Amino acid sequence: METAQNLTDTARTIPAARMAQEPEAMNQKIPYPEQTIGKPLCDDPKMSMRNVNVFYGDSQAIYDVSLDIGKNQVIALIGPSGCGKSTFLRCMNRMNDTIDICKVKGSFMLEQDNIYDPKLDVVELRARVGMVFQKPNPFPKSIYENVAYGPRLHGLANKKFELDEIVENSLRKAGLWDEVKDRLDQPGTGLSGGQQQRLCIARSIAVSPEVVLMDEPCSALDPIATAKIEELIDELSSQYTIAIVTHSMQQAARVSHRTAYFHLGRLIEVNDTNTVFTAPEHALTEAYITGRFG
Amino acid sequence: MSNTTEQVRKSLKARYRSEKRFRAFGISAVAFGLLAVVVLFTDIISKGTSAFVETYIQLDIHWDPAELGIDDPTDPEQVNYADYDALIKAALRERFPDVEDRLERRALYQLASSGAGFRLRDQLQENPDLLGTIQTRWILADDDVDMFIKADAEDRQNTRLPEVARPWVEALERDGHTDIQWNASFFSKGDSREPEQAGVWAAVTGSFFTMLVTLALAFPIGVAAAVYLEEFAPKNRYTDFIEVNINNLAAVPSIIFGLLGLAIFINLFGLPRSVPLVGGLVLTLMTLPTIIISARAAIKSVPPSIREAALGMGASRMQMVMHHVLPLAMPGMLTGAIIGMAQALGETAPLLMIGMVAFIVDIPGGPLDASTVLPVQIYLWADSPEASFVALTSAAIMVLLAFLISMNTLAVLLRKRLERRW
Repeated sequence: METAQNLTDTARTIPAARMAQEPEAMNQKIPYPEQTIGKPLCDDPKMSMRNVNVFYGDSQAIYDVSLDIGKNQVIALIGPSGCGKSTFLRCMNRMNDTIDICKVKGSFMLEQDNIYDPKLDVVELRARVGMVFQKPNPFPKSIYENVAYGPRLHGLANKKFELDEIVENSLRKAGLWDEVKDRLDQPGTGLSGGQQQRLCIARSIAVSPEVVLMDEPCSALDPIATAKIEELIDELSSQYTIAIVTHSMQQAARVSHRTAYFHLGRLIEVNDTNTVFTAPEHALTEAYITGRFG
Repeated sequence: MSNTTEQVRKSLKARYRSEKRFRAFGISAVAFGLLAVVVLFTDIISKGTSAFVETYIQLDIHWDPAELGIDDPTDPEQVNYADYDALIKAALRERFPDVEDRLERRALYQLASSGAGFRLRDQLQENPDLLGTIQTRWILADDDVDMFIKADAEDRQNTRLPEVARPWVEALERDGHTDIQWNASFFSKGDSREPEQAGVWAAVTGSFFTMLVTLALAFPIGVAAAVYLEEFAPKNRYTDFIEVNINNLAAVPSIIFGLLGLAIFINLFGLPRSVPLVGGLVLTLMTLPTIIISARAAIKSVPPSIREAALGMGASRMQMVMHHVLPLAMPGMLTGAIIGMAQALGETAPLLMIGMVAFIVDIPGGPLDASTVLPVQIYLWADSPEASFVALTSAAIMVLLAFLISMNTLAVLLRKRLERRW
């Protein structure tokens, strides 16, 4: 009874949980491949996930997904709504821990460390794997405080000038410095949507993470702001490993090196972005990128 | 004109009518409420203002050492225990020499307040040179004289001043020997059986200490409980049970909390009776549900995106709550606290049970001194037979309202400061 109530609550906010409850919602005529098609693994992985199964209560949201994310690579996770790509992304820095009914099985490795090792502190993990959310969510504090929050939290800067430096560098990397350098003490929420999202990116790279997860970072932004963020992702990819969930196939094509296509909790196809968009191997992938569902 | 348009026109009229009707209902409801408030306030203010002033009569006091029984004015013992009422009686006899009858004399002596002698003592203590001199002094009048002077000419027949005393008071008034002055003692003294000497200050300080204890306990405990229930507690049948019980507690009649306080704090823990500490503890129990419920609502209203942002940055749950959730929820929590404290300030019933209804004359110096609180003081005065207490009751209500308004203003200002405008 309680779990059922909890499940409906969760389903309201997480599409994958909803879809897991009604798998027939998407009329399924094309069979799934027996194994993920393409090259889900790579030689020099930053993160490697193996046999990942995720459950919301009794319903399964992700089925046996194995995927590597290469170092300094941008990987795009695409797929129709509720296919589990956001759930998968959130599992990579254990943001799903906050949902009581969510159970994660399988192995998640960040280089040599097991992410779900009970001995590994989640605070440390999240310092290494940063996250940018769908809706820009700056803290209701000044721009400076927003960026300085992480470094301060983890004790990365002891002196004021060190902190200043981190803030400036992060804002520069996020391409926001020139726009805000004269008003660092003003509220972060007073910026435009695109600026807020870049502020959130600056905030997450201020702690120098190894991986940055982005959950549809541009879905709330206009095309100009989106272009700026995409440019930024391109620049950041030289220093960081980035996993980005997106609904826009153009965006995936523009920013990513590899693309993974999810469908109803299954990882259908992973390949170089070019290959996925020009010569998809599986019929489901083709159907999605040609816009037959989404 | 098409059929649809016609139909729409017809229904539009009905729609406007019902809208107008609804608005009329709303306005009349608000008007009725305002009228009730206006009637209440006019009644209280018209009855109460006369208590802020009191009547004095002018007499020539002869500081007669023989009458006082003082031979050495520097001896504090003698000055302290001398009979100052005798000076006033002598002065009254002097002023009305025709009064010879024993019973009439007694009525004459009652023109002055029974507490008037203490003021003469204070004057002599300050200035021993007064001894032996004759001075003109304003002497506090008895409450019956006070009522007679304050009453309109036609209402004077109905006052409680005895028939025989009326010509004397009228004579004093004619000669300009009566005066209405600011009632300073109302704001500096405790309760008294004599209305003209009764003050509200003991009750105000009692209320202040009680509120202090309540706020110091209820706010932190309530906020902590709300934070735990909202952010940390697992959602299971035990926490559901707790939640249901908190909501039920908010509806428990307050006198039950008084009985609980009597049984637990006084009988079991042996805390003293009638003290603000116990009153504050009882009122804490009473206001906790209100504060917890409103604090939980305030925490719930903090957007989840802020929590995710904090967690995503690697903040622990505790840090997330302390750095982001609490500051954002604080204004809402303060609103709940204001409502709870306002409720507690006006509460009488539970305090009766723990003995704060006692007759307390001294002004409490701390939360462990016996005291009473404003609403109980109002209740006590409203219950007293003397006619002057009617005015005092209304005056005390005004003081209570002023207390309430200043408390709320403070809280609103605080909330304004904490509120983030971005």
